[in-house]
Amino acid sequence: MAKQSQNPYRHPFVRWIEHRLPIISFFEHTLKHYQVPKNLSFLWTGGFIAGFMLVVMIITGILLAMHYIPHPDHAFDSVERIMREVNFGWLIRYLHANGASLFFLVVYMHMFRSIYYGSYKSPRELLWIIGMIIFLIMMATAFLGYVLPWGQMSYWGATVITNLFTAIPWVGDSILEWLLGAPYVGAPALNKFFALHYLLPFLMFLMVFIHVWALHTNGSNNPTGVEPKTAEDTIPFHPYYTVKDLLSITAFMVIFAFFIFFAPNFFGEPENYIPADPMVTPAHIVPEWYFLPFYAILRAIPDKLGGFVAMISSILVLFALPWIDRSKVRSLTFRPISRALFWVFILDVIILGWAGAKPAEGNYIIIGQFATAYYFIHFLILVPLVSRFEKPSGLPESLSAYYKNSCHD
Amino acid sequence: MNATREELSEKGKKRRDFITLTATAMGGVLAGSIAWPLLQSMNPAADTLAESITEVNLAPILSGAALTVIWQGKPVFIRHRTQQEIAEAEDAPMSALPDPQTDKSRVLKPQWLIVTGICTHLGCVPLGQKKTEPRGEYGGWFCPCHGSHYDTSGRIRKGPAPTNMIVPPYTFVKEDLIRIGESS
Repeated sequence: MAKQSQNPYRHPFVRWIEHRLPIISFFEHTLKHYQVPKNLSFLWTGGFIAGFMLVVMIITGILLAMHYIPHPDHAFDSVERIMREVNFGWLIRYLHANGASLFFLVVYMHMFRSIYYGSYKSPRELLWIIGMIIFLIMMATAFLGYVLPWGQMSYWGATVITNLFTAIPWVGDSILEWLLGAPYVGAPALNKFFALHYLLPFLMFLMVFIHVWALHTNGSNNPTGVEPKTAEDTIPFHPYYTVKDLLSITAFMVIFAFFIFFAPNFFGEPENYIPADPMVTPAHIVPEWYFLPFYAILRAIPDKLGGFVAMISSILVLFALPWIDRSKVRSLTFRPISRALFWVFILDVIILGWAGAKPAEGNYIIIGQFATAYYFIHFLILVPLVSRFEKPSGLPESLSAYYKNSCHD
Repeated sequence: MNATREELSEKGKKRRDFITLTATAMGGVLAGSIAWPLLQSMNPAADTLAESITEVNLAPILSGAALTVIWQGKPVFIRHRTQQEIAEAEDAPMSALPDPQTDKSRVLKPQWLIVTGICTHLGCVPLGQKKTEPRGEYGGWFCPCHGSHYDTSGRIRKGPAPTNMIVPPYTFVKEDLIRIGESS
């Protein structure tokens, strides 16, 4: 009886549902009554676009799987068949292939946003870590998916990356065999990779829900990094940010459509239109652009195990970021030295990406080594030191005060 | 009326502890014993593992030429070494080798070098089987992926690869016929 009286809905059908599954009030609570800082910039729509891209990738992926054959004798041809024979197969494949690149673009933007505005700081450390786990699963999914067309780059990318595990002392070779289901990359590996490539996105989907759950527990950070204090500081998520998200998505779709219809192979490697040949390694193996900085770090260390450890560490160090950065002030807007360091860091990542795309010889290696060294110096020395001693400047009393004082209102 | 309510609940608690412990232990054993076969299923299947044997006729390979054959899904390099190449391999000082092995321990007959054609760094196929391909600074093979140089004995000399290219098990059946996959 008590429950009945809590049911605020009039419509009999809505009342009927709500009484049995309080899903209507759940959505009202998470959208309409969810108060969000009023000053979020377009950078805060990245999460929504990323979630949207995950759904696009799952839908197009399921459709591709209906025509794809995960066997070395048929994989390449079945992809070409999708391109030439299957109705709108070209569209679905280009959506999926370019979608992967743009998905990474949005996720990197989302991550750099969090770094710039200190969104990983207390009480959002776990939110950040869950996001990093999603990023790890996403990288694994992208790697597995790139193997499936079974072109030269697919095959040799798979060989090089899986062989990384042989760097692990003692058990490396056994782990490699276990992963590949054979002592080499072949039919068992392709079959397995396809199964995992289909599975992992659903794991990501689950993690996204946990990510949003953690987000809604403490609410969004905002460009000032100052927690909202009064009702004046916030607005309801719906309709204000649902509309902002949709506007961003519209702009994003223009870019997405440009690549699909006008430059569908912009992100691809021509080498991958040559069927895989286990006897011939292409002269120049490069991963997709979104892995290039990590690939540069791998190659920077002239030791097999060392390179592997450096690459893994470059990702793991991000997990520890909430504890590496000691400053209580979140937004770099009020931390001039850290802000400068942030942009140097961005430059460093771009240099790493550039070096990763070049052949592993001469000056490219040396540049990659310096950039790798700086990557770790940034996280292990500069950020901990600067965040401890830097004096923040111009930190406003409240979120609203910032906009009143700086006459942005 | 012998036991008070408290004594009974104390007894019940111990019984529950026992049940909890047994059930947890049982669950752990079951999870562990099913995890093993499940994980094992991902290891190479019996037919994948089955040792295949590749027979190669060496007669057509002239001195200085090379042939690549497939053995267990992997390329195997066979090189008919010239006198100069043999001398280079034998004269290399052990101190200059990251993974010291004498040339004699890597061949059955000095003119025939047979190694698995896979770079021990990250599994690429090194270049150098054709004379027109780069053979690196030591006249053997050069891996284009990350720049490992191998000498005329297939030993790593420079670059990120940690060990020499592996010599597969093989045996001479006749003067000019080898069987890869069979120890001599």
